[in-house]
Amino acid sequence: MSVNITFNNIVKKYGDTTVIPELSLEIQKGEFFTLLGPSGCGKTTLLRMVAGFNSIEGGTLEFNGRVMNQVAPNKRNIGMVFQNYAIFPHMSVSGNVAFGLQTRKVNKQEIAQRVEEILKVVQIEAYKDRMPKNLSGGQQQRVALARAIVIRPDVLLMDEPLSNLDAKLRIEMREAIKQIQREVGITTVYVTHDQEEAMAVSDRIAVMKSGVIQHLGTPREIYRRPSNLFVATFIGRTNILDARMTLVDGAASIDFGNGYSETIPGLKTNSANPNVKLSVRPEEFKISNDGTGIPGVMRSSSFLGMHTHLLVELTNGQQVEVISEGDDDVKLGDQVRLKIDPRKVNVYDETGEHNFTSGVGV
Amino acid sequence: MNGRMKRWDIWTLITTVIFLGYLLFLALPLFTLLFQSFIDGTTGQFSLAYFEKFFSRKYYTNAIWNSIKVTVCVTLLSVIIAGPLAYIMSTVKIKGAATIRILILISSMSAPFIGAYAWILLLGRSGVVTNAMKDWFGITMPEIYGFTGILLVLTLQLSPLIFMYVSGALNNVDNSLMEAAESMNCTGIRRMWKILMPLLTPTLLAGGLLVFMRAFADFGTPMLIGEGFRTVPVLIFTEFIGEVGGDDGFAAAISVIVVIFATSVFLLQKYISNKKSYSMSALNPIVPKEKKGFANIAAHAYVYLFTLLAMLPQLYVAYTSFKKTSGKIFVDGYSLDSYRSAFSKVGDSIFNTFFLAIVTIVIIVFASVLIAYATVKRKGTVANVLDTFTMMPYIVPGSILGIALLVTFNKQPMVLSGTAAILIIAFVIRRLPYTIRSSAAVLHQVSDSVEEASISLGASTMRTFFKVTVPMMLSGVVAGAILSWITIITELSTSIILYTGKTRTMTVAVYTEVVRGNYGVAAALSTLLTVITVISLLLFFKLSGKKEITM
Repeated sequence: MSVNITFNNIVKKYGDTTVIPELSLEIQKGEFFTLLGPSGCGKTTLLRMVAGFNSIEGGTLEFNGRVMNQVAPNKRNIGMVFQNYAIFPHMSVSGNVAFGLQTRKVNKQEIAQRVEEILKVVQIEAYKDRMPKNLSGGQQQRVALARAIVIRPDVLLMDEPLSNLDAKLRIEMREAIKQIQREVGITTVYVTHDQEEAMAVSDRIAVMKSGVIQHLGTPREIYRRPSNLFVATFIGRTNILDARMTLVDGAASIDFGNGYSETIPGLKTNSANPNVKLSVRPEEFKISNDGTGIPGVMRSSSFLGMHTHLLVELTNGQQVEVISEGDDDVKLGDQVRLKIDPRKVNVYDETGEHNFTSGVGV
Repeated sequence: MNGRMKRWDIWTLITTVIFLGYLLFLALPLFTLLFQSFIDGTTGQFSLAYFEKFFSRKYYTNAIWNSIKVTVCVTLLSVIIAGPLAYIMSTVKIKGAATIRILILISSMSAPFIGAYAWILLLGRSGVVTNAMKDWFGITMPEIYGFTGILLVLTLQLSPLIFMYVSGALNNVDNSLMEAAESMNCTGIRRMWKILMPLLTPTLLAGGLLVFMRAFADFGTPMLIGEGFRTVPVLIFTEFIGEVGGDDGFAAAISVIVVIFATSVFLLQKYISNKKSYSMSALNPIVPKEKKGFANIAAHAYVYLFTLLAMLPQLYVAYTSFKKTSGKIFVDGYSLDSYRSAFSKVGDSIFNTFFLAIVTIVIIVFASVLIAYATVKRKGTVANVLDTFTMMPYIVPGSILGIALLVTFNKQPMVLSGTAAILIIAFVIRRLPYTIRSSAAVLHQVSDSVEEASISLGASTMRTFFKVTVPMMLSGVVAGAILSWITIITELSTSIILYTGKTRTMTVAVYTEVVRGNYGVAAALSTLLTVITVISLLLFFKLSGKKEITM
């Protein structure tokens, strides 16, 4: 039975320090939802509040409209996967997976059958009699996942489940987790600090900082139209440029102050302060052939096969990253001019808090 | 939150009950002792007379001075002898190293006074070695009684502790540290002094403290081999039990002085070692290497000689236990007479030892599981105080705890003197720390999330504790319990004060038989004790999978 989870003005305090001030959020039934942010942003705290291991100092937490604040963790019907897997070292693989069913007093025959089934789903049925110390990290991860979902939880919680695996296994496991989640269709809350991992698995992502959700949206929305500069720099790579917003024939355009300006479609105008900040991702730059654009000098170039990674030093000394798809014929020390892709770049006010751009770019 | 409230109830109840137990059986007796030392026995008025008496007579202050002399010398000698021993065993390939480690451990596990009595048989006035030297070479061996004897016995008995501590620390020194030093042209003695010594200093301090406390509190050795050389535990015993009518108040005053002294040493050690502690774990531990020529021979000779000397008392005692006796005297030929008379004369002491030790161990296992859990996972004010309480037996010598319990519980409303209960209480308090520490050590390794996993899977707090936490602690609990067991059956200083005819233990029986000159019976009993100890130790190695013991 999947549920939707509602956070109503949730507050978390440790003593006098407020870690999460009045956070509200709605997670849909069956959704794969990710809390993403740097360490200390409150994402694990929030997850543990859902699990019941952290107390809630204000607001309500609801599963399908039922307030859960006072429900003990063992009564919440939750499946949880821990960062260190937390496999019971004194039980075999099937013992671990059966544990939650035994506490639910499921009859023996059904336990055996359900354990068997779930071990097949996570593809470790061959190891069912092994002790945990004889398993690799990836296998332990699969046991932890099987143990969490075999009880048919209302909610599946995962706290940085992949951070202890090596890079290759991490990619393999995140595909497996995504696929298994789709198969069983449990509402899933996933915590990670790895933005690429979050993009890969999630239906929706909440980017958090200092206990506040900075941006809530699909991976595509968050990458294309980050709501503020923090999100823009945290998700993927980007360059931040200073520029001025001007009105040309009634349409808002961005002036780089050296004869180069670009009209941005759908840009909201800001009459109060013409100074803006631009977030330009490396692939949103283009080397100009017509002699206009932002002037700079080529400082480094790395050929990476699919594309070439360039570092260009602008006249103000700032270095920007540029990803070039083509075989631009530029050498180190060459003068180059850069143009931006007006449909993709994001324009923020001077504080970086407000995005003037609208619509998800192409 | 609900879950938190529930935990609070159960664990607060448990810690409070244990805490009250400690208050009643440790804090109250020690306080009573303190109280008695300041109250004149006849008038009931506050008085410093006992302390004045102590400090004004050389007879008493000498005992303190003697104790300090013995303790400091034993500690230094143990470090000087066992430090190199551990270094050799870690760096040089010694033939039979595994066996030697076990033998050294066994030698440290026996009751020290058995060593004293064995050395009297060997080097005493009519000892075998003394007589042989006189008959064959006409050499008169130096007197073994007094300071020399105590020093010999305690050093051989306690240096294995230093050996175990240093060996353990050397295991944690990464060989690449040695190689790094070597690559910077720092080798040999210089490397040992500049790199190894600083790394081992915290360990030496910890081991040194343990040796110091043991040597300071030891009662049997100076009693048997010290003759006129009186140390503080001997003084306390004679003042308390003395034939001339014991003086409780005065014994209490001496005890207070001793506890204050021991506490200062303990705190000083803590202070120094806190400033010099490193956390080490070796990826590439130092591996013993085969040595050639003189160095190899010298290393083997040193190790073998030490092992032989350490084992000699027990071997000789075992040997004499099979000798034929005529009355109290050994005669030529072999027999099981000593065992027969041991069983018929003091058979009850064997039963008593097992009965007391088993009851104690059961209590210790339950208490230490709960205390370890409370202090590691449920940190709080009460748990912290509990943690401090469990350290007390390191500071308070056994004979003083015995006296404290006796003076507290020999009157209404709680009369325990002369019962088995008072012995069990004393044993539990003194030997609990071994099991608590090894249980806590395992628990520290267990991440909180394992318990959370169990709870999130629907298990209640109690089910989690019994199904998940306790099974994971079990290895540590069992290992600790065996250590507690061994130290209970070989304990003398508390039981000698608390026993009565009905609760006499094996060690007490050995001691009284030795004093009476009944060497055959004493030897048979000690051998039995050694056999039990060895079996327990082997069980410990088997169950814990470890090759060493940290105390």
